[in-house]
Amino acid sequence: MTSTELHVNTAPAAQAAGPIRELNITRRARGGRTNLTLGENRVSRVLALGALAVLALVWVLPASWALLTAFKSEADASDPAHWFWPRHGFTLHGFSTVWERGDLPLWMLNSLLISAAVTVITVLVSAMAGYAFSRTRFPGRRPLFVLTVAAVLVPPQILIVPWFQQMLTLHLLDTYAAVILPQTVAPVMVFILKKHFDSLPGELEEAARIDGAGHWRIFWSVLLPLSRPMLAAVGIFVFIGAWNNFLWPFVSTSDPALMTLPVGITSVKDAYGIQYAQTMASAVLAALPLVVVFVFFQRHIVKSVATTGLGGQ
Amino acid sequence: MSSPHAAPRPGATPVRRAVPPGLLFALPFLVLFAVFMVWPLVQGLWMSLTDASLSAHDPSFVGFDNFTEAFQDAEMWRALGHTVLFTLISTVPLVLVALVMALLVHTGLPGQWVWRLAFFAPYLLPVGVVSLLWMWLYQPDLGLYNHLLDVVGLGQVAWLSDESVAMWAMALTTLWWTVGFNFLLYLAALQAVPDHLYEAAALDGAGAWRRLWSITLPQLSRITMVITVLQILASLKVFDQIYLLTKGGPNGSTRPVVEYVYDVGFTGYRLGYASAISYVFFALVLIASAAQYAALRRREK
Repeated sequence: MTSTELHVNTAPAAQAAGPIRELNITRRARGGRTNLTLGENRVSRVLALGALAVLALVWVLPASWALLTAFKSEADASDPAHWFWPRHGFTLHGFSTVWERGDLPLWMLNSLLISAAVTVITVLVSAMAGYAFSRTRFPGRRPLFVLTVAAVLVPPQILIVPWFQQMLTLHLLDTYAAVILPQTVAPVMVFILKKHFDSLPGELEEAARIDGAGHWRIFWSVLLPLSRPMLAAVGIFVFIGAWNNFLWPFVSTSDPALMTLPVGITSVKDAYGIQYAQTMASAVLAALPLVVVFVFFQRHIVKSVATTGLGGQ
Repeated sequence: MSSPHAAPRPGATPVRRAVPPGLLFALPFLVLFAVFMVWPLVQGLWMSLTDASLSAHDPSFVGFDNFTEAFQDAEMWRALGHTVLFTLISTVPLVLVALVMALLVHTGLPGQWVWRLAFFAPYLLPVGVVSLLWMWLYQPDLGLYNHLLDVVGLGQVAWLSDESVAMWAMALTTLWWTVGFNFLLYLAALQAVPDHLYEAAALDGAGAWRRLWSITLPQLSRITMVITVLQILASLKVFDQIYLLTKGGPNGSTRPVVEYVYDVGFTGYRLGYASAISYVFFALVLIASAAQYAALRRREK
């Protein structure tokens, strides 16, 4: 499966998986409700902690070992006798070699540009459509909304061939536009934002309307500022999806100068050949941006996944 | 005009009233939607009825030939089988392990931040990184897992080149990579379980296990259904990590149907046939969605 893909489900019967509260990190860390689920039993606490530690170790070990590899010399990396701790200490050689090749920074920049463009366009366009479906009346509104919701069922994978044909006809292959535009159609985000606008009280809007504000003023100056947390949640989700998207960027670009990080990094795999330390150094550098962002914005990202990940159910 | 603002107001120009403002707001989305969703769907369907190809000749109409060919194509059925198999062996652990992680973390043990980071961080890795990483972990002579098997005295495994192992290796990689997503959904659901249920149970003297079985798990049954549905739909679409780790091999034994579409269309140049297979895959996704919808409906009653 692809993590880049929106996890989506439209079955209306699956609505309301219960209110998703913001995950509160500090409260639980202080032990607010702990005894409600585990009890005071010391033995069960120790057992649970042990199980958690083992599970976390299993999850952390693969990446840690790869991180270790990235700091080894090539000779140590391919030495089966010292597969864990290197014989000759650590070196930054793998990183400097990979960085100096120059394509990695370029791919990062491409990924940043493309993901940022996809995020800005998707959030703006989806918010406007969500507003239109939620707060206005126009002919065809119902059927268009039903069509939008139905489109959530369409797997983007089946659109790859026609998209490619489209871009071929328009001579857009190997352009930023070709990578960006198809990713900006996000029916599920329209659905989420429509439901969000439905949930906002109408009074402020009424007041603004009495003051003579038009639709655009109401949308831009009243509703959007009220919706910042929701827009952030949607935006983060869209950004992670675009940053990690593989199939479409892979199909629509063949020019290394336009490749995104996930595509570019695998394209040189064979060029590195047997150089494991360099390969892992490139993987570490490619992983770094989003992991660093996560460390700083953990709460927002966790909340974004919890609210947006269910597809607005 | 059905717009509530259609009543003629002084000063409103006829032009402004001609286009309802709501439609203007929806327009940017509707244009993108029409160009990159509706039109490609129609075009894909049309292409599936032609012999469209990446080579220069003009496509000609061939009726249902592509579909007839697809239904007799053993490779397509094999690829569909791999997709279904992957969905089965990935969905079960992706739901269960996520549940166990969330239950353990939710007990409020110290180190919340660390657990979350450990379980969720892999989800943030681009698939390119995941595939490089796991190719190295699965490396037969130098990789971590064969070294660990060595340490405990078990034999080496050809993770990516043994036909009977490769698909399981794909599921394992996927579990490591994406379980954090389901873990967060479970964690959020756990925090939404009302405190008073536990307080009442505590008054009744129910122990930790009793509370788990009688309160927590029943309260989680609805989100479990939802997570399972989302996971099945996501797993059916598998392509990236398999393509990057095994290219569908060894001997096509891990090739999922999405990769078959890619191979037929972009390696074999047969865009028309690839479109037909896309639509067969779409049908599978719709059938899965309909089945899940029916199951959820039955459960609601």
